[in-house]
Amino acid sequence: MRKREIFFAAVALLLFWEAAALILQNPILPTPQRVAVSFLAELRDDLPGHFLSSLWRVAASTILAIALGAPAGLVLGQSQWLNKTFSPVLYLLYPIPKVVFVPILLLFFGIGDLPKILIIFLILFFQILVLVRDYSAAIRPELLMSVRSLGAGRRALFRFVYLPASLPAILTALRQSVGTSVAVLYVAESFATQRGLGYYISFNGSTLFDYPAMYAGIVALSLLGLGLYFMVDWLERKLSPWLFVS
Amino acid sequence: MIEVRNLTFAYTHSQPVFLDFNWKVERGETWAILGPSGCGKTTLLYLLAGLRFPNSGQILIDEQPLTRPRPQTGLILQEYGLLPWATVRQNAELGLRIRDFYGPDGKHGPSVIRQNSGVSKWLERLGIASIQDKYIHQISGGQRQRTAIARTLATDPNLMLMDEAFSSLDALTRESLQNLTLELQAEQNLTLVIVTHAIEEAAVMGRKILLLEQPPNTRAVIVDNPGMAEKGFRSSQEYLELCRSLRSRMEDGRAAP
Repeated sequence: MRKREIFFAAVALLLFWEAAALILQNPILPTPQRVAVSFLAELRDDLPGHFLSSLWRVAASTILAIALGAPAGLVLGQSQWLNKTFSPVLYLLYPIPKVVFVPILLLFFGIGDLPKILIIFLILFFQILVLVRDYSAAIRPELLMSVRSLGAGRRALFRFVYLPASLPAILTALRQSVGTSVAVLYVAESFATQRGLGYYISFNGSTLFDYPAMYAGIVALSLLGLGLYFMVDWLERKLSPWLFVS
Repeated sequence: MIEVRNLTFAYTHSQPVFLDFNWKVERGETWAILGPSGCGKTTLLYLLAGLRFPNSGQILIDEQPLTRPRPQTGLILQEYGLLPWATVRQNAELGLRIRDFYGPDGKHGPSVIRQNSGVSKWLERLGIASIQDKYIHQISGGQRQRTAIARTLATDPNLMLMDEAFSSLDALTRESLQNLTLELQAEQNLTLVIVTHAIEEAAVMGRKILLLEQPPNTRAVIVDNPGMAEKGFRSSQEYLELCRSLRSRMEDGRAAP
């Protein structure tokens, strides 16, 4: 997609929002201009702090999920025995919507960042684990043989084969789960915390009834999701250029 | 150069592929290993490459018993030997990059790395310099094998092993790569061992031909092919005779299909 097309799509969506707001004439749907004004005002207030709290939770859980999920996926993909042993467990756990664990994690780990980080970690971890496992299992034995014949031991195989082979899997996993992570972050931040965009949105919406401020939070959360999505996109082009040539 | 002494090798839970097998290759020779599928020719090549190990017996290369892939041995496979995420040039550089990665430790690479001109010379020589920035899925089968050969030659080998390297190519590409390989073999004074299931290929590539049969292989059946080096061999009577005789020997050596 070209930048121009994305720009026009954004303009079209804003116009649609504007039209809906003008037709409804209801305080629960303010116009984009009204929200923009409040967004800019909130930016000078405590919105950036909430944004950073949310960003930190997503970033920490992503790094944790890659650090644990990618090596585990590589090992499972390369060992038929381990894969056979664990795949029934994964088969059962993978489809469970991890968001149902939010109350349990809150009960176990209480308030604070840990339960929020853990819940996003769980979502990303399984996605990365499964995709890296499948990509790693698809590495041809011939490729490993021929790279080993060039003198590669374990470390060089990791550097020249396993790492580049699993990068696209990690990025695909992130691309698929960025949306879900941000959604679940919102849910997790609606309870037992006073930091983060999820809290900010529900506090302004259902306690203060400050709808423009609530929308400013929604815009910030959307920007967080979009930003992460764009970043994954950019990284993919940067790190796996071979996937984009025909 | 290569000495296979009393080699016995079996995959787990199956009968031996080689049983007390002996075979010798002199420096600078070109050998074709010919046999039906399942006869153990690829196994033998992997044993020579140091990627598999005998159950008993020994494989010596340059009088050294083989315990791991040897830095001066190049291996070229039929397919899938190249990194799909790397360009032609990056693939050709892989052997050198792995050596840089470990440094001259004498284990993963030679203990003294000869200063060489890098891969550019080989990209030129193999006619793939113009496509050096392309990825593997963007180039033809023949160009892929040229890349694999460039990667091997860049590491300055003295033994080159090829496993069905030309089998998936069309006839003309195959012939030109066979000729190129023989030229490079002579130029670089390489010892060349190619594995093939194609009688015609064994006849044009092997100055000596090792015939393998249904396992277990207990002795080296060797066919001499002195005419192979001569010009016009591919269209000579001698070539046709050789193919015919190889065919009948393969048929004799094989159990009823």
